[in-house]
Amino acid sequence: MVTSVTNLGRSGLFDWVVQRVSALVLLAYFAYIGCVLLGGVDYTGWRELYAQTWMRVFSLGALLSLVLHAWVGIWSVLTDYLTERMMGTTGTVLRLLAQLLCGIVIFVYTVWGIQILWGY
Amino acid sequence: MLQVSIYRYNPETDSEPYMQDVQVDTGGKDLMVLDVLELMKTQDATVAFRRSCREGVCGSDGVNMNGKNGLACITPLSATVRNNKLVLRPLPGLPVVRDLVVDMSMFYAQYEKVQPYLQNDTPAPAIERLQSPEERAKLDGLYECILCACCSTGCPSFWWNPERFIGPAGLLQAYRFLADSRDTATRERLARLDDPFSVFRCHGIQNCVNVCPKGLNPTRAIGHIRNMLLTRGT
Repeated sequence: MVTSVTNLGRSGLFDWVVQRVSALVLLAYFAYIGCVLLGGVDYTGWRELYAQTWMRVFSLGALLSLVLHAWVGIWSVLTDYLTERMMGTTGTVLRLLAQLLCGIVIFVYTVWGIQILWGY
Repeated sequence: MLQVSIYRYNPETDSEPYMQDVQVDTGGKDLMVLDVLELMKTQDATVAFRRSCREGVCGSDGVNMNGKNGLACITPLSATVRNNKLVLRPLPGLPVVRDLVVDMSMFYAQYEKVQPYLQNDTPAPAIERLQSPEERAKLDGLYECILCACCSTGCPSFWWNPERFIGPAGLLQAYRFLADSRDTATRERLARLDDPFSVFRCHGIQNCVNVCPKGLNPTRAIGHIRNMLLTRGT
């Protein structure tokens, strides 16, 4: 058992399930958006689409899925390449900084996304 | 004459590793790579590599041949040589002791973690713990592993995290005991695997399946472990 405190859940299984479920939500969302775009859409139609509550909820679900999916993926990449094994103590410092930076970016995008969806 | 390029490193005399080009006379025969190494050793006795049974059973002579891990003793030249050139390197990702000899401590440490022995806390029967043919069949494709390390050292996840990711060889053995009807420590075994590294660093790229000289499928075993964790955890 390897202890980790920076991954999404405390369990590998939790992260694994979250990544797969969020991928399905994203697939459904972008498949739908793709269909809408292929069907042809103008500004008014686009605005009407996003004015509906179900679309905002769907979009929020996709946004949160993207956030969770991104953290699990980025966390995996960072713990692969920015490690003490590869770079000594620098690896740990860089990894923590990179995780902090990614966490801030993800948080900002989440708040910004919610503001766009529900703020107008 | 076969053109062989071999990784050389003697920590006592070399400041860094280098590739040495050697010509080997194979007599036009389709020799095994181990035979080529033995021929090279007759020319230069300082070439170091591990070997023992020379028939793919002991798992000692795992090396990287033209970019692919395998056992030198059961890999014919015709299966690996391209344009009359053979590049021999040690198994990737492990510290090199000398030439093609690697330090397998990290590999064995991961193997040890999965407690690769039968655990059963029920009273032992008079003769032996019996299995049905169906229960025994579940161990096929698992018990045959010879721990040559070709799979784990072919896995990028093991290269990056050899102290934390158990690796395909260890996980194949972990499932070998999870699948054994005589083992009663399933719950404890699974509890030790449910972290982000031990099992879940496997991203299913199947390098392990591609290189296993015994034709085993660690990725499938890892999938079974995931399913067991999922069944237990949801």
